Amino acid sequence: MELLVAMGEAFDAERMIPVTRAHAASSGQEGDLYFVEMLARGGAFCKIPTTTNPIADFEYFQKVINIADEHEEASVAWKTKNYYKQIGAIMSQSCIPYLAENIPQYGEHVAFSESSATPYVNSVIGALTNRESIQTALAAGVIGETPEYGLHLKENRKGTVLVKVEANLKDGYSYSLLGQYIGKKVGSAIPVLVGIPKRPTIDQYINLCAMMNVTGAIPMFHIPSITVEAKTEQEAFAGNTPKDKITVTDHELRQTHEELQTATGAIDAVILGCPHYNLDQMAELAKLLKGKKLRDSVSFWVNTSATTKLLAERVGYVSVVEESGAHVIVDTCIDMFCWNNLRGKTGMTDSPKCAYYRRFGPVRVGTVEECVAASVEKGE
Amino acid sequence: MTQFLEITVKCHKLAKGHGEGEALVSKDPICFYLVEPKTGTVREKGHHLEGMSVAGKVLVFPSGKASSAVQMDGLVKLLLNKNAPSALIVTDVEPVLVGSAVLTKIPLVDRLERDPFETISTGDFVKVDADKGIVTVAKT
Repeated sequence: MELLVAMGEAFDAERMIPVTRAHAASSGQEGDLYFVEMLARGGAFCKIPTTTNPIADFEYFQKVINIADEHEEASVAWKTKNYYKQIGAIMSQSCIPYLAENIPQYGEHVAFSESSATPYVNSVIGALTNRESIQTALAAGVIGETPEYGLHLKENRKGTVLVKVEANLKDGYSYSLLGQYIGKKVGSAIPVLVGIPKRPTIDQYINLCAMMNVTGAIPMFHIPSITVEAKTEQEAFAGNTPKDKITVTDHELRQTHEELQTATGAIDAVILGCPHYNLDQMAELAKLLKGKKLRDSVSFWVNTSATTKLLAERVGYVSVVEESGAHVIVDTCIDMFCWNNLRGKTGMTDSPKCAYYRRFGPVRVGTVEECVAASVEKGE
Repeated sequence: MTQFLEITVKCHKLAKGHGEGEALVSKDPICFYLVEPKTGTVREKGHHLEGMSVAGKVLVFPSGKASSAVQMDGLVKLLLNKNAPSALIVTDVEPVLVGSAVLTKIPLVDRLERDPFETISTGDFVKVDADKGIVTVAKT
């Protein structure tokens, strides 16, 4: 409560308001452990549905790596996970909980941390949340309230920066590059994106949301006539004069792509699923890997949520992916001790976020097709 | 005898406390997770402060950035290694940084009456009293 009151004071909030669900982007690291341990020892218990982010699937990784080598980091992660259980959090261990385990409604006041989750629930769903940290989201989950400031107030949800999109957004990866570029260019703002030709797919939205919060701090955006809170550009700004106007063409996306590359040529490992792959992406990956064999020299990992994996198993995607030699991992973040064995190796990913927080050495970043092409046996 | 020019500026408290030290001014937003805990050195490639240490400094920067999860982890790791900054001055408020500063008890202020990027230079000696809402700058 002390934390939430301090937040309220910092932002001149007049009162506390109820929130009905929360998502704590648990990282399984020192700062996370410090707070959740304090709550658990004090006997706190979640009052509203409160989901968690991925940490690590200990059972799986115990089989494939020597966790004992990573004792220090692993024990922090293990303790953190258990304290979340103790305080009654829903152990979704997913960074895309808004698709399955914890779905806010339009107009619902919530407290959602996590890079992609905050802008997704604000912009795509039209629920109301501030850009929470793990700790403020968790405190809201325990108390069931949050200070009324920022994006809980309609007047603060107006656009502040105009982004003219002239680039050809052909796939999920181009939305990642767009997010990466916007975050870097505008820092903290509410961008209004004009020129997006058609409704982005769910995974395109996820990529856009996540990457804007790698290079920047963007809690919300509008795409007039596509996202829920603005039919027109005028409505998106609602009387605000844009503080800045930027234009994004293929040139900026290409440049952003090039800046991400720190390696060329042969790779040792691929990590996909940052944020976690949804079912559509699992389907796409299965299609790409069907009948193919990965090189022995490449370890290939795809991260998803337990819920998605269950469904992907039923449809047959998981067996196709695994038959190629790839690992399908649940409950796990790319920024965890379990990837330390890739240290110094050349990696590849379709996620600029994964490249930014990477545990491996030099990295190539590209589309999922390119990741697969760099990993399969020659002649296939 | 060296003449010191001392400037006092009012500010707004975001996270309570008092801290002082040499100023370090960054034109880029900061993600504390990308600061090496054992040395306090910024390791983010291409960052304005890349290779410089934040340990004991009064940091002046536009805002926090990046993941909602690891900003706090970064600050806690710096604290455990005694390499945390002594106070933070920002121009754009961003809740993730505020919550992390409150919990790690690092004073954080904004809304300085004068533009901090014009008033404060790297190397100045700065005192931040968040509770009284005062920043004192001794120009070198």
